[in-house]
Amino acid sequence: MQEGRVLSTREINRDLLRSILDTPRWFWPVVTVLGLILLVAAIAIGIMVNRGLGVTGLNRPVAWGFFITNFVFWIGISHAGVMLSAILRLAKAEWRRPATRAAEVLTLFSLMTAMIMPIVHTGRPWRILYWVFPYDFARGIWPNIRTPLVWDPSAILTYLTSSTLFVIIALVPDFAVLRDHTTGIAHRVYSVLAMGWEGNARQWKLQIVAGVLLSALILPVFVSVHSIVSWDFGMAAAVKSWHSTVFAPYFVVGAVHSGVSAVAFALILLRWCYGWQDYIRHEHIDALGRLLIVVATGWFYFLVMEILFGMYGREADELMVRQTQFTYWPYNFWFILFVITTYFIPVALWLSRAWRRNLWIMSIACISVNIGMWLERFLIIVPGLINKQLFTFVWADYRPSIFEYIIIGSTFALVTLLMLLFSRVFPLVPLYDVKEGDVLRTQVQIGRRTVPATFRED
Amino acid sequence: MARRPILGVFDSANSAADAGDGLRRAGIPETDVDFLTDTPYPEGAFGEREEPHRLYIFPFIGALLGLTSGILLTSMTQVAYPMVTGGKPILSIPPMAVVCYEGTMLGAILFTVLGIIFESRLPKLKAGLYDTRITEGYIGVLVNTEETQHGEVETAFGQAGAVDIKRE
Repeated sequence: MQEGRVLSTREINRDLLRSILDTPRWFWPVVTVLGLILLVAAIAIGIMVNRGLGVTGLNRPVAWGFFITNFVFWIGISHAGVMLSAILRLAKAEWRRPATRAAEVLTLFSLMTAMIMPIVHTGRPWRILYWVFPYDFARGIWPNIRTPLVWDPSAILTYLTSSTLFVIIALVPDFAVLRDHTTGIAHRVYSVLAMGWEGNARQWKLQIVAGVLLSALILPVFVSVHSIVSWDFGMAAAVKSWHSTVFAPYFVVGAVHSGVSAVAFALILLRWCYGWQDYIRHEHIDALGRLLIVVATGWFYFLVMEILFGMYGREADELMVRQTQFTYWPYNFWFILFVITTYFIPVALWLSRAWRRNLWIMSIACISVNIGMWLERFLIIVPGLINKQLFTFVWADYRPSIFEYIIIGSTFALVTLLMLLFSRVFPLVPLYDVKEGDVLRTQVQIGRRTVPATFRED
Repeated sequence: MARRPILGVFDSANSAADAGDGLRRAGIPETDVDFLTDTPYPEGAFGEREEPHRLYIFPFIGALLGLTSGILLTSMTQVAYPMVTGGKPILSIPPMAVVCYEGTMLGAILFTVLGIIFESRLPKLKAGLYDTRITEGYIGVLVNTEETQHGEVETAFGQAGAVDIKRE
């Protein structure tokens, strides 16, 4: 599990700080294009706020459409950070080292993007303050803590705060490296951020304990976040087909599936963009592929249970939703595409060691998972709403408008842009973690074979 | 007599550990010696003293405060804006669980982070004796001791193969 060569500290600093100390030629053109996409989205949101939600395809009975689908999707992606960083850190998995920071940062930016979605969805974003902020604004109205729609922001804000602090704490030693490798204003900024870090034994001990302790504390939050997102549906009084007890674990495993796939793809992109072949190696992508087989199969089990138990009970609402998903055009097409892209294509590709080590094939598999997982959320939300429900006396299909397509598309540009800007000022691969891996590397002679090994401290 | 720092810069972990041994032989107390590195070496790699800390207390205090805040927030908002539903209590306990749970975890995590910063003795407002080569893989052995002992420290550093010795 250690295929690369041992690198000197000087080489590690030079390579991993390249994205910060030198600007690649493609950087600003890509940032400009992404910025323009966001500008178009901002105009679309502006028009939507001005004219109202009528410009979207949202109407009775489908009040939740692309925006909420996208919200759940990005919350799902955000589960990559803790899955990789915390679980692998607690399990002392050696191959986690280059992947943790990118996963944590992807968590932050996808969470921020997810939070934008319900705000946009309200149509009158400022009113969200009345809804979730625990203050009455002199109107005598306090948030209703009995609804999952209030639990949701409390969980997401906890997760966002925790993940941000997790990233910042792990960045402190790297800030010190940047402080020592920069001059002028950059040096002053990194000096403030490094807080006087000098790397003594006490600081390192606390840093290691902090990694484990924060991982252990964030894990329960990570499980709670997507569980509570699933309760937005599972505890909604009006839509009976969403009343599924399996929703919370099903959502959590699905989130890990899409999130880890997204991290694998992000790592491949980083390797290509910054030439980090010595750090993000085939063995790391291979390990992620193997992990994903387990996660995908766990997720598939929950999917089958969800459908099987839903239909076995023969409840009218549940059967109507399944009928929509399996027989009505275009939902039947989306359903087949969803199952194939989320499970059968990627898992078939991941079963081969050679394919797991082929970065093009891994990229296709990871993108395939995320296309499927987006469709999964869409197929939970919209078919559940287009059928007759309690308090709803209209039947209507959902046709998303161009505004929704633009805003949804721009969220992918937003996350990419934020990741790129982050990589411009902070290292996306943790320097000290990679250096520690090299310090602890050794080789063991077993018979006539020399086997790579790692020293591990308990 | 004033205590002043002196820093030895070493290009390998072994020579830094040798310097630590030399300092011990010279009678420099372990509490006066710090090993500065750019990566976490296994504890005791340089023969340094064990660093006790009280970080584990912080999350418990934070969790308690977070839970209290969660209970107050959820109960007071329900009382402040009563949702009168036939046969149901105004103050309903089950829906408070989620917000209280999140408050508990948030408090625990916030206090853990504060604990990490506090226990790491950060932020360090006044920059001490340091060498930027430490983040290039060199190892610094920082000794904060009486000026009269600096001669013995320099000897220990020299015998261990220091590439540079710096004084404030």
